Amino acid sequence: MRIEEHPILKFERGREIYFYYRGKKLKAYEGESIAAALHANGIRKFSESVRFSRPRGFFCGIGKCSSCLMKVDGIPNVRTCITPVREGMVVEENDGELPHSEMPEAETVEMEVDIAIVGGGAAGLSAAIEASPYASVVVIDENPRLGGQLIKQTHKFFGSEKERAGTRGIEIAKILQEEAMEKCNILLNTSVVGYYDRGYHFMVAVNKMENVVYEIKAKKIIFATGAQENMLVFEGNDLPGVYGAGGVQTLMNVYGVKPGRKGLIVGAGNVGLILAYQLKQAGVDVAAIIEAMPKIGGYMVHAAKVRRCGVPIYTRHSIKKAYGNGKVEGAIIAELDENWNYVEGSEQRIECDFICLAVGLTPSIRLAAQAGAEMAYINEAGGWVALHNEYMETTKEGIYVAGDLANIEEASAAMIEGKIAGLHAANSIKPVEGAEEKIREYMNELRIFREGPFGARPKKAKEKIREKYYEKMGKGRSS
Amino acid sequence: MKRWEREGVVELEDLKIPSEEHLRKGVAITECLQEIPCNPCVESCPVDAISMETINDTPKVDYDKCIGCGNCVDACPGLAMFLVKVDGEKALVTLPYEFLPVPEKGDRVKALNREGMEICDAVVKRIRRGRTLLVTIEVPAEYVMEARNIKVNKV
Repeated sequence: MRIEEHPILKFERGREIYFYYRGKKLKAYEGESIAAALHANGIRKFSESVRFSRPRGFFCGIGKCSSCLMKVDGIPNVRTCITPVREGMVVEENDGELPHSEMPEAETVEMEVDIAIVGGGAAGLSAAIEASPYASVVVIDENPRLGGQLIKQTHKFFGSEKERAGTRGIEIAKILQEEAMEKCNILLNTSVVGYYDRGYHFMVAVNKMENVVYEIKAKKIIFATGAQENMLVFEGNDLPGVYGAGGVQTLMNVYGVKPGRKGLIVGAGNVGLILAYQLKQAGVDVAAIIEAMPKIGGYMVHAAKVRRCGVPIYTRHSIKKAYGNGKVEGAIIAELDENWNYVEGSEQRIECDFICLAVGLTPSIRLAAQAGAEMAYINEAGGWVALHNEYMETTKEGIYVAGDLANIEEASAAMIEGKIAGLHAANSIKPVEGAEEKIREYMNELRIFREGPFGARPKKAKEKIREKYYEKMGKGRSS
Repeated sequence: MKRWEREGVVELEDLKIPSEEHLRKGVAITECLQEIPCNPCVESCPVDAISMETINDTPKVDYDKCIGCGNCVDACPGLAMFLVKVDGEKALVTLPYEFLPVPEKGDRVKALNREGMEICDAVVKRIRRGRTLLVTIEVPAEYVMEARNIKVNKV
């Protein structure tokens, strides 16, 4: 189930190690996640549901959904999708028992910085790089590597030269990683667990792997925590093998592990279309892409690429059921009529051993909300988001947001938002020459980016977010 | 509603088909029909044959100016540019290819249409490695506007 050869990616695997799963000795490579290692060994069932003992597998692959929780070295509820596997590790299913091993005494590290950035994806790294010539910056990310979702993207990015158009996502990730690592303090495998207003901004972060607790005092905070994959309601949606599209991308393009032999993709937005193409690149078959809307939602050029490889796209179709004994063995799809009801007799059996849900994302706002930034439900933005102004500052002074948690959009927009937030935060600590002008340039780039038909939704979302922000703040705090 | 909006398949009536003369010369054709913010094709053209009023427009190729260099095929993030050239009974199609196995010059492959169906045999005439791997195949002239992908069988 491992990918040995790939047309775009090179998998640099670490040294061979062994770990134990339910007493069995299994091979893994250093640097990969426990979830990826289990998958590579053909293990998809990670746990059982508490009440009905239904088998459960992993879903999001980026530490957000809790579907992959297992007991690791005696500690329950470990997120196996973002925890690197180690030599001799003992991995078991959660059993409801409290930890047997004692929590070792953790080291506490106090830190004082100008700007603390939570999330090292497209937005967070862009903010860090932009701010770092003028301010001390720490970037905190709970994943084992920087780059967020960029590290899984094999396709060339759209846009203009300025936004690195024509460069593949993985290459953009590498450029950002290198620049940020050179200029900023980076804390990986570290989760921010809480924000406290002590008259100044204060956060607590934990690195469980190294037993370090960070106490971070910051003049400004930028939350760039991204988004999480949406679930869809259908029979059998909890079977191991029903994955978030991004989770499959992680497995396949970060760790070089195939999610299965043949997949069904639900959702023909850009995520679903790109994933179908990436699966074909990894040598995995795609049965079909289905889409409930009458039109394909993603870019036509992505759809055309997928069709040329022989993958059918069925619009006005939805999934009724996933079936299988303990894991996905197939799906039933059916056509929808104009009133979104199933057309009688249109059921089709799709043979597949995994199903990818690409049905939209929800902004990951919890930390920003806990920090006290005012929230609002904005349909166009993808759900609850933090209100913010054109500088990406929220209603709570000195707290910024950038990227998907501030409205679901493309990585290119996230990078520009990051730059605006980073520069504005630095400039408000200590004036930066030419900052205002540069910020205006970035805003103009964003405006142009959102001008076409695909920009209509984010444009509307941002208008509403700003309108509500100024309602709350009165004419309020100017920059 | 256009077929490509529903199924992702471009039809000939959606495209600006080059004249016989242009086809003999060899030109780039664009199958990018949707307004998305993207312009590397325009910037890659050495003779300013590709135009766009704003970055959200679809590209227009001036077949008189186009020299068939293939830079735009290499640059296009959407893999929506192709080179087409007709020479008597035969035609050359240059297309982006991001899969394994990579064919070699002289290999016999199958040409696929926009739905991924095999339509005819093809011979690989040229491989170019830039930002994207470009494969030039030779097919019977009648398939010049149909052949848009290849299937490589290697033992």
